[in-house]
Amino acid sequence: MIFMSTTGIESWAVDLKDVGAIYPFQGTEVVLVIVGVAAWIGWHIWCNKWEKEHHKEMIEKYWKK
Amino acid sequence: MGNNLDALTTVFTEFYYWVTIPLMFLIHVGFCMYEVGASRRKNHMHTLMKNSMIIPLVTITFYFFGWWIYWAFYNFPMSIDWAAGAANTPWAESMGTNIGDRITGVFWAAFLLFSWTAASIVSGSVIERIKSSAFWVLAVVIGSVAWIIDAAWGWHPTGWMVRILGYHDAYASGVIHAIAGGFALGVLVVLGPRLGKFGKDGSIRDIVPHNPWLVCVGLFIIYAGFWGFYVACNVPLISPEGIGGLLTGETWTATTIYLTPTTLSAITFNFLMSLSGGMMAAFVVSKGDAFWTYSGGLAGIITASAGNDLYHPIQAMLIGMVGVVIVYKMHFWVERKFKIDDAVGAVAVHGYAGFLGVVICGFVLWGHPSSPYEGYAAINPLGNFIGALIMFGLLGFLPGFITAKILNSFGALRIPREIELMGLDFDSMEAEQAARDDVDAAVKKLINE
Repeated sequence: MIFMSTTGIESWAVDLKDVGAIYPFQGTEVVLVIVGVAAWIGWHIWCNKWEKEHHKEMIEKYWKK
Repeated sequence: MGNNLDALTTVFTEFYYWVTIPLMFLIHVGFCMYEVGASRRKNHMHTLMKNSMIIPLVTITFYFFGWWIYWAFYNFPMSIDWAAGAANTPWAESMGTNIGDRITGVFWAAFLLFSWTAASIVSGSVIERIKSSAFWVLAVVIGSVAWIIDAAWGWHPTGWMVRILGYHDAYASGVIHAIAGGFALGVLVVLGPRLGKFGKDGSIRDIVPHNPWLVCVGLFIIYAGFWGFYVACNVPLISPEGIGGLLTGETWTATTIYLTPTTLSAITFNFLMSLSGGMMAAFVVSKGDAFWTYSGGLAGIITASAGNDLYHPIQAMLIGMVGVVIVYKMHFWVERKFKIDDAVGAVAVHGYAGFLGVVICGFVLWGHPSSPYEGYAAINPLGNFIGALIMFGLLGFLPGFITAKILNSFGALRIPREIELMGLDFDSMEAEQAARDDVDAAVKKLINE
């Protein structure tokens, strides 16, 4: 079975001066950026909530003792 | 890479910047050590995580938009260079594995490590009472937005501050240290002091570090990392043709970020002499206090950094000395007068020293060309003074103050009072104690069997 290369390079019989990007799935960069930015913002939101709840739990568990 | 000389120059430049990156990593290790050492035992692991998470957050945001800002915003707000920015967007082909581009990745990373430093400077001053989630938002604002705007304006070969003001700041007195110190001060004004720092009568209590030795070793390690910072500020090897300015002949040279000629030898002399001047002066003014002597070494370098591409080594030493005396006095004066609790003296060591360094540079290097290109203002005292105000105030203090105000208005800035009094690590310390008790009980049982 023959697969297309995900990187665009199917053989190294090339002149390197003609070679540019070689990461896989070129053309999906914008989608990758959207996913990456969503992960970043989601992380901040999660952290904010988690820290708030964590402090609340700590106060309930230890402070009132 | 057209021929062997081109290939050698490209690979040398790639390797040169790469070497600066692990060296600068040490700055972050040092910051973590001294910040953790300066915190109290009840907060130290939390303090470590707060600073450590700068690494991933500033890295990804600097990839998403920080790097683009540097290339597109050098003339902002007059204009944005969309074309120059395009090759540095996160979706550009040069921002990944690319056989035709061997420089973007290492150059991006060298700038990124500066970004970590800017955020890390702020981190130390706000320990033991800021919410980590709030600090991480602030870290992104200083690390991936504010400082890189100032770099585009004043630390870019065609930045408007260089062109119009003749702004000169070769090793980032203003563009990293003054802005980070100003930002920290803006946050501290909103955040307030640690509980118990100031008495009701205005007296100041000394909240002592839980591990002074760790604090000093941390600062020592920052010195080591600072070498990488200095080296990364240079372009290692470039021809007059490559610069494309007024230089004639065929003599290749190292340059500053402004593409003005300097040498690695020059900055090696000046780094060491300003460090020495700073340590000596700090030892005298603090009467041998280890923390301030080490901090004084940093402040000495920072005060001389703006002009360390050109100063005579003894000038660098004297400038470092003068800077440290002023910085030390300013720290305690601001603490007394305005009740600002800067836990590690970051506003002073970075902010005041950086501001002062830029101002002094304007006088000492007055008339020297700020750029190899025609039509640029020469270095001058007024241009650098305005530049220092922009760095410390406009791009430092103001964004820090505004972001902190917004976070505070949502109740998201400061930890609850109860948590501050118990300590941020209280629950993990309880869990550790329970685990210890459990093991002790098991051991006792085994002994009695």
